[in-house]
Amino acid sequence: MDIHEYQAKKILAGFGIGIPRGGIAYSPENAEYKAREIGGSKWVVKAQIHSGARGKAGGIIICNSALEVAQATDKLLGKKLVTKQTGPQGKVVHRVYIEEATDIKKELYLGLVFDRSSECIMVVASTEGGMSVEEISKEKPESIIRSKIEVAVGMQKFQAREIAFGLGIDSKLISRTAEVIVGCYRAFSELDATMVEINPLVISKDEHILALDCKMSFDNNALFRRNQVSELRDKAQENPNEVYASDRGLNYVSLEGNIGNIINGAGLAMATMDMIKLAGGEPANFLDVGGGATPEKMVKAFKLISQDKKVKVILVNIFAGINRCDWVAEGIIQALQKIKIDMPLVIRLAGTNVEKGNKILKESKIKYIEASTLEDAANKAVVALKKLKN
Amino acid sequence: MSIFIDKKTNIIVQGFTGKFGSFHAEEMIKYGTNIVGGVTPGKGGQKHLGLPVFNTVKDAVKKTGAVASILFVPPEFAADSAMEAADAGIKTCVAITDGIPSHDMIKIKRYMRRYSKKNKMTLIGPNCAGVISPGKSLLGIMPGHIYMEGKVGIIGRSGTLGYEAAQQLKNLNIGISTSVGIGGDPINGSSFKDILEKFEEDDQTKAVLMIGEIGGPQEVNAGKFAKENMKKPVIAYIAGLTAPKGRVMGHAGAIVSAYGESAVEKVELLKECGVIISRNPSVMGETVKLTLNGKKK
Repeated sequence: MDIHEYQAKKILAGFGIGIPRGGIAYSPENAEYKAREIGGSKWVVKAQIHSGARGKAGGIIICNSALEVAQATDKLLGKKLVTKQTGPQGKVVHRVYIEEATDIKKELYLGLVFDRSSECIMVVASTEGGMSVEEISKEKPESIIRSKIEVAVGMQKFQAREIAFGLGIDSKLISRTAEVIVGCYRAFSELDATMVEINPLVISKDEHILALDCKMSFDNNALFRRNQVSELRDKAQENPNEVYASDRGLNYVSLEGNIGNIINGAGLAMATMDMIKLAGGEPANFLDVGGGATPEKMVKAFKLISQDKKVKVILVNIFAGINRCDWVAEGIIQALQKIKIDMPLVIRLAGTNVEKGNKILKESKIKYIEASTLEDAANKAVVALKKLKN
Repeated sequence: MSIFIDKKTNIIVQGFTGKFGSFHAEEMIKYGTNIVGGVTPGKGGQKHLGLPVFNTVKDAVKKTGAVASILFVPPEFAADSAMEAADAGIKTCVAITDGIPSHDMIKIKRYMRRYSKKNKMTLIGPNCAGVISPGKSLLGIMPGHIYMEGKVGIIGRSGTLGYEAAQQLKNLNIGISTSVGIGGDPINGSSFKDILEKFEEDDQTKAVLMIGEIGGPQEVNAGKFAKENMKKPVIAYIAGLTAPKGRVMGHAGAIVSAYGESAVEKVELLKECGVIISRNPSVMGETVKLTLNGKKK
């Protein structure tokens, strides 16, 4: 789960990381008031969307008066920002963060992630703050410092000091920098995060260490024990179909193609999408209804796919194990009595009682195209799509 | 021989009396698995499915001689149960549970470092379909009848895609020595490489089919291991050609976040290791057949 920059800043501030003075605003009047409250003579108005690279998309505006802050807010609220990370559909700005401007002396990069090879938490730091970590690894790989943290004992002060010295920090700021690094580690491990990134972490002209921009992501599997984190979810930042799916226990990812899929199991779903691609089609989504493919889940799945305007053909691929094909067939028929489907439907059943399942489907009133193998299913879906176009 | 389990392996079920645990315990017993009891804290002394229930894994091991366990405990308590199994002397624990936090998985693995290699439990999963040695024993949730006994080892992350592979092999009259589901989580108990090592030592297994997917370094590490240490041929299919970068595809671990983690890159890196590639999921069986016939590595 991702959260907004201002939420991540608030969390990190609680772990002793310095942040510039700032406040959230939902209207231009509100923003102007916040700017006066913060004080000073220069502010930054930052669009709050779940994405980095907002600056290049026009989502970050520097202002020299409270009036300009109001104008910038007016410009940003309700605007759709398309960044490198949002995809072409972009994300709508519903709130802005007003922050005092910082005079920067030095910009650093600090990130923490799970390292799947060593199964440790990895700290990644660089003197090249402000660039994305991908750019840094391409253009200045020699500037990157990595440090693996053994989670059983946690981060040690010397490890944080080593990173701080490695970044060439002035000796009088070393212990403060080390505190910031340890604070990020604590936030990561105490809140079940999967990513903490401060970019840039800056040293200001008046020698303060501040998180100028930051991002945090959390382990969805751990949200049950992190109420304060799960409350920060902003569904307005997510694809509405994906929200609908996740609220109903379906694993769904919206994609660009036009062949909708309903499949049981994540691996089989990815494999079926691969077959669609190889057959010359493009999947409209990834959808795993769970190994069991129960009638209730099938209803929800058909409803979800039929809401997607891109979808022109639906492919159902269910490999029944303990759940049997005859049950799955009954489930599909029940679902199609509730949800009207007005497009070609390819169904491939496999596994336990497959003959019985296919017989039930054949004898029902539903209109569909029967497929026998994975390849057959993908080919028939693509053929059905081509027929529609002609 | 098969790996991990055979007809005589004494097995207990952790989370025995729950709905999910009961259902699959019955399925396993029907298959012929030697289930000797189960554990549900607070229900010790009772009988369930005609078998004894124990309060602790230690009690169960002492009274039944269990050496393997299967875990159906909810994600909140699963890490605790896995560590309990390790401490009680269980040798193989299959965790079926989906949704265990990554931090908890790291904790289990660190906890198990206290045991010597000889005494260390093998944890398989979580979020997996388990282990089946056809004709011998089922320590998992897969439908037993689609697995035919034979000489091909299978290692996979996904449940239903593994069934698909077993079915394709069966249709070609090719049997399976053991099939191991290692699960779809980013941090898991046993890696592809860990299981490859077991298959290389197993007399019954003549070739191994690895069913991988996007995300993480494990498939490629297994390929490197195979290149340097294995005589038996390894065949692989990697799912997720169409998966966009940075998105989780159902399995918590199925996310492309670095170089070498996409399906195309993994296939290239595996080819360099001499692994035979099944170019799409509908030819997994045929690719294994060609490999067995040609016996080429």
